[in-house]
Amino acid sequence: MKIPLSWLREHVMLPAKFTNEAISDAFVKVGFEVESISLQGADLSGPIKVGKVVSIEELTDNKKPIRYVGLDTGEGKTRFVICGARNFKVNDLVVVALPGSVLPGDFKISARQTYGKLSDGMICSAKELGISDDSAGIIVLPEGKIGSDAVELLEIKDVIFDIAVNPDRGYAMSVRGLARELAGSLNLKFSDPASLVYVKKYDSVKSNKGVAVKIEDKDGADLIYLRTIDQIDAKKLTPIWMQRRIEKCGMRSISVAVDITNYVMLELGQPLHAFDADEIHGAIRVSSGSKFKKLTTLDKVDRAISPNDLLITDDSKPQAIAGTMGGLNSEVNPSTKRIALEAAHFNPVRIAKNSRNHQLSSEASRRIERGTDPHLAAIASARATKLLIELTGGKLINTAIAGTLKKPLSIKISIAQIEGKLGYKYTGKQIKDAFTAIGAKVTASASGYTVVAPSWRPDLLTASDLCEEIARLNGYALIPSKLPVGRTGAKLAQMQQRKRNVAIGLANRGFTEVINYPFTNQEMIDLLGFTGDRAKSFRMMNPMSEQMPLLRTHLIPGLLSALQLNLGRGSKNVALFEIGSVFRNTTAPVTPVMPDTGKRPTAKAIAQIYESVPKQMLFVGGVMTGEKVKSGWHGAGRKFEWSDAVAEAISIIDSTGNSYEILNTELAPWHPGRCAEIRVGGKAVAHAGELHPRVCVNLNLPERTCVFAVIISELPVLAQSTSPKIWNFPAAVQDVALVVEQQTSAHALKQSLIRGAGELLESIELFDRYDQIGDGKISLAFTLTFRASDRTLTSEEIAKFRDAAVAMAVKDHSAVLRS
Amino acid sequence: MNSSGDAVLSLEQINADEQLALAAIDGAKSPEQLKQIKIEFIGDKSPLAKANQKLGSLDPQQRAEFGKVIGAAKNKVNQAFDEKSENLDREKDASVLVTERVDVTLPSRESLTGGLHPLTLLTNEISDLFIGIGYEVKEGPELESEWLNFDALNIPADHPARTMQDTFFIEPRDSKLVLRTHTSPVQIRTMLEQEPPIYVICPGKVYRADELDATHTPVFHQVEGLVIDENITMADLKGTLDYFAKSIFGEDVKTRLRPSYFPFTEPSAEVDFFFNGRWIEWGGCGMVNEKVLTSCGIDPKKYSGFAFGMGLERTLMVKYGIKDMHDIVEGDVRFTQHFGVGKR
Repeated sequence: MKIPLSWLREHVMLPAKFTNEAISDAFVKVGFEVESISLQGADLSGPIKVGKVVSIEELTDNKKPIRYVGLDTGEGKTRFVICGARNFKVNDLVVVALPGSVLPGDFKISARQTYGKLSDGMICSAKELGISDDSAGIIVLPEGKIGSDAVELLEIKDVIFDIAVNPDRGYAMSVRGLARELAGSLNLKFSDPASLVYVKKYDSVKSNKGVAVKIEDKDGADLIYLRTIDQIDAKKLTPIWMQRRIEKCGMRSISVAVDITNYVMLELGQPLHAFDADEIHGAIRVSSGSKFKKLTTLDKVDRAISPNDLLITDDSKPQAIAGTMGGLNSEVNPSTKRIALEAAHFNPVRIAKNSRNHQLSSEASRRIERGTDPHLAAIASARATKLLIELTGGKLINTAIAGTLKKPLSIKISIAQIEGKLGYKYTGKQIKDAFTAIGAKVTASASGYTVVAPSWRPDLLTASDLCEEIARLNGYALIPSKLPVGRTGAKLAQMQQRKRNVAIGLANRGFTEVINYPFTNQEMIDLLGFTGDRAKSFRMMNPMSEQMPLLRTHLIPGLLSALQLNLGRGSKNVALFEIGSVFRNTTAPVTPVMPDTGKRPTAKAIAQIYESVPKQMLFVGGVMTGEKVKSGWHGAGRKFEWSDAVAEAISIIDSTGNSYEILNTELAPWHPGRCAEIRVGGKAVAHAGELHPRVCVNLNLPERTCVFAVIISELPVLAQSTSPKIWNFPAAVQDVALVVEQQTSAHALKQSLIRGAGELLESIELFDRYDQIGDGKISLAFTLTFRASDRTLTSEEIAKFRDAAVAMAVKDHSAVLRS
Repeated sequence: MNSSGDAVLSLEQINADEQLALAAIDGAKSPEQLKQIKIEFIGDKSPLAKANQKLGSLDPQQRAEFGKVIGAAKNKVNQAFDEKSENLDREKDASVLVTERVDVTLPSRESLTGGLHPLTLLTNEISDLFIGIGYEVKEGPELESEWLNFDALNIPADHPARTMQDTFFIEPRDSKLVLRTHTSPVQIRTMLEQEPPIYVICPGKVYRADELDATHTPVFHQVEGLVIDENITMADLKGTLDYFAKSIFGEDVKTRLRPSYFPFTEPSAEVDFFFNGRWIEWGGCGMVNEKVLTSCGIDPKKYSGFAFGMGLERTLMVKYGIKDMHDIVEGDVRFTQHFGVGKR
C-alpha cells in the first residue's frame, strides 16, 4: 500500500531527525517490505500559482482545437497562455506554471511563440505536476486564492512509501495499521484514528425512514452496520486535502461520497460502500447468490452470479458483490439525495472466493481477504457519516445493525514457551512493550502472560503467533546465532551417490549436462514413435503453453531439442546428457483422500495418499553427434557411432556393479538394426544406438545421431562388495577364433565361452571380427586369460579349459573352431 | 706353502689385466659395445675374476695381499665401467632422442570437453556442506499429491497459492495431483516416515506458473532444510542460515531475518544476505508451525523445529554474476562447459 509520510506523521510522533531510510528500516524490522520511496514534488520548482480563467479564445485553424486563455495570476495584469485541454471554463481556478518554473522530467517552462501567439506559461494537468497519472485534462481546483502557491495548496511535496503487506495483516492496509507498526518499531507514541467519541451517539439514531439490514447468509458476515444519511448534496466537490491524500495512496478521486468511503478505508482499513438509498427496495441483506442470476457492477460488466457468491441484495435484486464491487444500479450519482452506508465484517474466505470467481480484485476485497477489524464496522461508518454530514450537508436519520461482535480471544503464553521458540531471554519489559505496541491487553503472572489479542488481529491464535510478535517488535536481530548439528554418519543415500557418479562420469567423458523443461506434446511423442507406456502422458490443466501441454514420458525429446539449439548456434560436435524424472500415466488412478489436518492421518489414509502419486522413474539419457575424435593435424578423426552410445549405457550400468545381458532389438526412436537393449535381471533397463534416420530427417538433425537412455532408478542397489583377491601366479593366455552364423551375438557367444571356461578364467576379450568368410558366416576371435590362485597352470590344464570353453560355444551356437 | 703361488698370480699380470680392461672400457663407442666389454673384462670369465678364483690356493698371507690388490683393481674397473656407461647413455640420449622431438603444444585429438550443469554443482555443494553437519539428503516426486503439497503444510483450500495462476494442476482435477510448487512435500513425507530427530536437506525441481524471463522460470530448483529435534529455537535457525550463507558466499557475508508470513511457519521470516554491497533476498524460513507438526503426528510439546528454503537459480545468479535466466535454462553447452565439473 502507498502511504504519504505527512499522513503517518499525524498518528506517530516522529521526530524530525528521522530520515526516510530510517523510517524504511523501521518498517522492514517489523516485517513490512518497503518496495519504493518516492519524493513527490522533489523535481518541481519555480513559480507555480493558482490562476483564475478570465477569458477563452478558441483557435480553430489548427488540426485540433486550441484555446488561448487569459489568466489572472494575481500579478495585476492578464497573462495569456496556449492550452490544448478543454475541461475548464471562465472563472475556473487552475494551476499555472509561470516562465522560470521547472516541472518533473526537467521540463523548463518559458514564454514562447506558438500557434501564432505568445504563450506566457502553462496550465498544468495532474500528470504534468507528477502527482497522478491523470492526463485527461488540466486540474480544476475546487478552492484556492488567486496568485497563491499551488504546490503548497496541493500539498505536493511529500514522501510516499510503497509498502508490501503480507497476507495475514489486513489491518496494515491502512494509515491506522501502518502508523501503529511504525510507532511500535521505533518505540514512539501512537494516536489511534479509530478513537472516536461520537460512535455511540450515532448508533442510537433510529427512525423508520432509514434502510433496514439483515444477515441471511450467516457464514458470509457476522456483523453489518447500515447508516442512512439524508439530505446530502452529492454535487459538492471533494476538498483538496482529501482528494490529495486519496491520490497519494494511489487511488483516484471520483465524487465526494465515494471519496469519503475510500478516504475512511485508507485511514482505518474498513471498506465501506455507499448505496443510493432511493434505489434500494426494502432492506439491505447479506445473502448468498443462490436466488440470483446476474448483476451489472460499477465497472459496467455484466456478471453471472453463482450460488456460492456472497451478495448484498435488497428485497428483490442484487446490489453488490459483497466486499468486492458495488452494482451500477445503486451507484451514488450527482443527484443522489439519500445514502445507505454499508460497513460489514465479512468472512474473508467468502470475499476471497468472490474475488476469484469474478476475477475482480478491488481495494475492498484485498483488505477483507486479509481480515478486517470487526469493531471498525461501527467506527468507520460513523467516521464516514461525520464526513458526509460535514462535506455534503447530510443528516444521519437511522443506524441499522445486524449481527454481533465476537468475544476477543485470550491466549496464555509461558516464559518457557517464549525462550523455547525464540532462543533468547527477553526481559519482562521487552515482552510487555511488544504486546502493548500491537494493541493487545496483557496481564503478567508468575509463569507467563495472558494476552487478549486486539480485534484487528485475527491472525493471533496461538502462543507461537505471540512469539512472533515478541520477536518482531524487538527485532529479529536480537536473536543469537547458534549452529545445531544433526546425526553422526550422515551421507548420501546409495541412489544419490549413484546419480552423482553417473553425472561426473559422463562429464569427464565429454558429455555436457542439460536440464530441460519436462514438458512435451503429442506431436513429439508421435514423431519419435513412442507407443505403449512411453506414449501415456499426463496432461496439465493449465500449461504454460498450449504447444507443450504434456509431461515428458522420456528424456529424448528434450535432449533432441537441446541438441538442435546447440547445432543452431554453431556447435558441430555435441554430446549432451540429462538426468531427470519421467512421468508415465500407466497405473490405474487411486482415489485420492484429503484427510483433515491438525492430527496425523490414519496409516490407511497415508498409504492411499502415497499410492495416489504415480511412480516417477529416474532416467539418464544422452545424445551425441559429430566427431568423437577430431579430424585435424594428425589426419582424419572419427565420428560418433552406435557403439559409442552402447558403450556409455554399459559404462553406466557397470558403474553400479550390476551384471547385464545385451541384445539387438527394434525400438523407436532408434534405428531398427542399430539398437541395443540392455537387461539387468531379465528386465530392460537401457536402450542405446543410432537414432532412426527418419527421425533425424524430420528434426533436421545430422544423420547417424546417437542416443542412449538408462533407467537408473531401476538398477538394483547392491550390498557393499568385498575386495577381490589378486593372485600373482603367471597368467596363461589363449586365443580362440570361432566361426558362427552371422546373426550370432558376440555377447551371447562370449557368455557361452565364459560358462564353459570354468572358474579359473580371469578375463575374456573379443579382439577380432572377420566377415569375409562367405556362406553367411563370420569369425569372432577372443583372448581368454586363465590364472590359478595356488599354482602355475600346466599346458595340459590350459588346453583343457580352452577346449571346454569352445565346447560350450559349439553346443550353444554351433560354432566351429577356426584353424 | 705351495710354491706354485707365484706362478699362478703375479702383481704385474694383475696390473696388466687392469690396464687392459680400463683401455677397453675407455675405447667403447656404444652402450652395446660396452655390454660386450663387460662380459669380457668384468664378468665371471674375465682375467680379474679368474685371478680372484685362484686366491683360494694361496697361503693366508699371500691371499690377503693379493686379495687386496685384485679387489682394488676390480673396483677401479667397475667404477670406470659405470662412468662410461653413464656417459654413453647420455651421449645416446643427446644424439638419438633429439630426433624424436615433437611440438607438444599441438592440440589433442579428443574432441569434447564435458561439464556438469552449475545447478547440479551447486546442489552437490550444498548437499555436502549439510552432510558435513549431520543432515541427510531427501528427495521426492515432482508430480505430487495436493494434500502433501498444500494441506499438510497448512495451506488451506482457499489459499491464493492454490489457484491456477501459481500451480500446475494435472488432469483430471480430481486426481488431486500437482507439479510440486516447492520441495516442502518432501519435508512432510520425511516427518510422516521417520521419528525425530530429523535433520534433512531437500533439493529438487519445483514448478510455478511464471513466464520465462530474465529472472523467472516456470521450472526451477529449490533447496529446503528441515530440523525437528528437542529444544530447537530460532537461534538454531539463524546459526544454520549463517553457516549456509558463509559456506556458499564467503566468510564475509552477513545475513538478516525480516518478519514475514508463510502458512507453514510461525514465526516466519525472509532471509536476506549482504553481498557485494547490497542486501539480496534469498529465501523464506521460520519455526515449523505447530499445526504442521501435529498433522504429521509429531508432538509439539516435545519437539520443535525450523525450516528454510531458497531458490538455487537465484543463488547461482548472485554467486556467479549471471544476468539472464535464459542462460541457466536453455542448455547452451558454452555456458555449462565453463563450470566443468566444479570449482572453476
